[in-house]
Amino acid sequence: MTVERLLLSGDDAVALAALHAGVRLGTGYPGTPSTEILETFDQLGGHAQWSPNEKVALEVGIGSAFAGARTIVTMKHVGLNVAADALFTAAYTDVAGGLVVVSADDPGMASSQNEQDNRHYARAAALPMLEPSDSQQAYDFTWLAFEISERWKIPVILRLTTRICHAKTVVRPRPALQTLPEPSFKRDVPARVMIPAYAKPAHLRLRQKLAEIAAWNEAEGPFEIHEGDGQLGIIATGIGAMHAREAAPGASHLSFGLTYPLPIERIRAFADRVERLVVIEEGDPVLVDALRAVGLPAEGKPEMYRFGELNVERVRRILANDTSPEAVPPKGKPPELCPGCSHRGVFETLRDLDCIVSGDIGCYTLGVLPPFSAMDTCVCMGASIGVGLGLRHVLPEEQARRVVSVIGDSTFVHSGLTGLAEMVYNPPPTGHLVLILDNGTTAMTGQQEHPGTGRLLDHSATNLLNFEETARAMGVQNVHVIDTTSLKDDSLRDLITNLLARNETSLIVTRQPCVLAAPKIRLYEKANAEQQAATCAADLVD
Amino acid sequence: MKVKNVVIAGLGGQGVLKASDILADAAFRAGFDVKKSELHGMSQRGGSVSSDVRYGEGLLSPMVPPGEADVLVVLEETQVEINRPTLRAGGVLIAPDVLAPEALKNKKSLNVALLGAASTVLDIADEHWIAAMHANLAEKLHTLNEQAFEIGREAARARAA
Repeated sequence: MTVERLLLSGDDAVALAALHAGVRLGTGYPGTPSTEILETFDQLGGHAQWSPNEKVALEVGIGSAFAGARTIVTMKHVGLNVAADALFTAAYTDVAGGLVVVSADDPGMASSQNEQDNRHYARAAALPMLEPSDSQQAYDFTWLAFEISERWKIPVILRLTTRICHAKTVVRPRPALQTLPEPSFKRDVPARVMIPAYAKPAHLRLRQKLAEIAAWNEAEGPFEIHEGDGQLGIIATGIGAMHAREAAPGASHLSFGLTYPLPIERIRAFADRVERLVVIEEGDPVLVDALRAVGLPAEGKPEMYRFGELNVERVRRILANDTSPEAVPPKGKPPELCPGCSHRGVFETLRDLDCIVSGDIGCYTLGVLPPFSAMDTCVCMGASIGVGLGLRHVLPEEQARRVVSVIGDSTFVHSGLTGLAEMVYNPPPTGHLVLILDNGTTAMTGQQEHPGTGRLLDHSATNLLNFEETARAMGVQNVHVIDTTSLKDDSLRDLITNLLARNETSLIVTRQPCVLAAPKIRLYEKANAEQQAATCAADLVD
Repeated sequence: MKVKNVVIAGLGGQGVLKASDILADAAFRAGFDVKKSELHGMSQRGGSVSSDVRYGEGLLSPMVPPGEADVLVVLEETQVEINRPTLRAGGVLIAPDVLAPEALKNKKSLNVALLGAASTVLDIADEHWIAAMHANLAEKLHTLNEQAFEIGREAARARAA
């Protein structure tokens, strides 16, 4: 029998493995480069859901795993910061069904606000971490992650990076699991209720689990050795292992898949066989520090290579200890707000009114660039509201009155609701103004649905979270909605000017579909209306 | 076969990623090991985009090292110079000027037309190109793109002759 051969991105490989391994629920929040995992899982027939944010996604995932279902939760690297509260204590619990948390890191910041290295989370939360170096390993390690998770009743982190998520390589899948236990609730209070009396022994259990997993990693964990001339030995993980083997074909290479807890004895045996030992890793010196801590004479990389992605050329330079300035790649054309983008008019207005704009994460962050130059801060999802309030509290009145918070629709649901509560609870003396730029989609990541669109991940209809009604119910004093689709007059400018002059809390929702998403949104709405009509007709027949 | 390195570049919205999907799929269907890599995310917003496709034996990194591309396909004249450093000495550059002005009925098929031009220096049989186009494009676009592929190929052959 010939084995099926597929050309898959790392994201698609994880989705296919999730399907084959019997995952019953996939949850997450869109974020480059992780977004396609749940979209593909849905297209393959899996049950996938977008959550309002990563913390909720992980909490739903924890519940699903407690019930005995295999569960996958996906997010980008900064999403794990949002989910970290749930993650650190989920580590103490016993999951019944396998729970795999996918962290998709973005070294080099192709589409992110920072390049944090989420390998630190494995050690900080005391959770096993698997790191594939191509799509085949992404597929295989997804399976393995579920096996480890269920054997030790522990959440497992599958760490991908941009060049794993979005590179396509050949995958040979294995047969799908045919039978899995049905979810069923079994009470286990000491393993699931983390009050101190139960959490203290749970922490001891967690460390015991890690010790057992480390021993398993030494004996049976996934690893690859390519013997070379014995002079140079390279230890590399993730995509770095591929770059390293290409950059130094004559060297000895060791790579391993379970990067926390480390197979230290296996590494020590490799180190003993080579004269010079170099660690190739993208991002922070996590692995090299761990090896040095156990007394291995490992060389790391010069500090300049902490920044940005690695590639074959940079690995050659690291091996040559070359710290001369790197050739600056020619500057390409930067991205910009699309022609016809609904955000353009808003940023022109804010620019003309000389507002101090506390911005947020999304397409509209491009409002910082000329010709708008209308954004003054951008930190993390939802920060626009809190940062704007902080500015208002301490700035002199003339400046405070010009502060506006600007947030997208999906970002508002993700982390803006609590900011709005803060505005109602601690209003600055000059009041405040929040603008929700509602373009009806999570645009930046490729037009995903969210609770404010009234459609599910697969674009079918569901309940809609209404921003203006929510804001009114929360106690925001002035709430306005402006359809900017055909806005030709100065009404938006006049409204902003008016609200900025008041010492009150205000919200404006500017509503106009994303120019890229609009045709698809019309199709989804038509299909959902037809579906509803058919359901009504069927009800009448009944 | 030793590794063949191809880089496809242009601006967001031009179909750079679609072109590299078709090339990677064609090489895959021809039985080669294939790796393809690019950065998504900001690419829809009109910025510079490039995609690396490698096929052959002994593939490791999914990225074409600078100065090692055998073929560089650029969909937009302004992007030629910024991508030129990726090309190896003696490598082949394929840019829109390979086509006569107005050669294409629909400018959106430029990506596939330039793949057609590139096909003259890539050892992938016709059947795989056609199957890859069919698998990666909506059915109503098949005829248009097959024609564009052929126009690009003829233009490249005419220039080489």
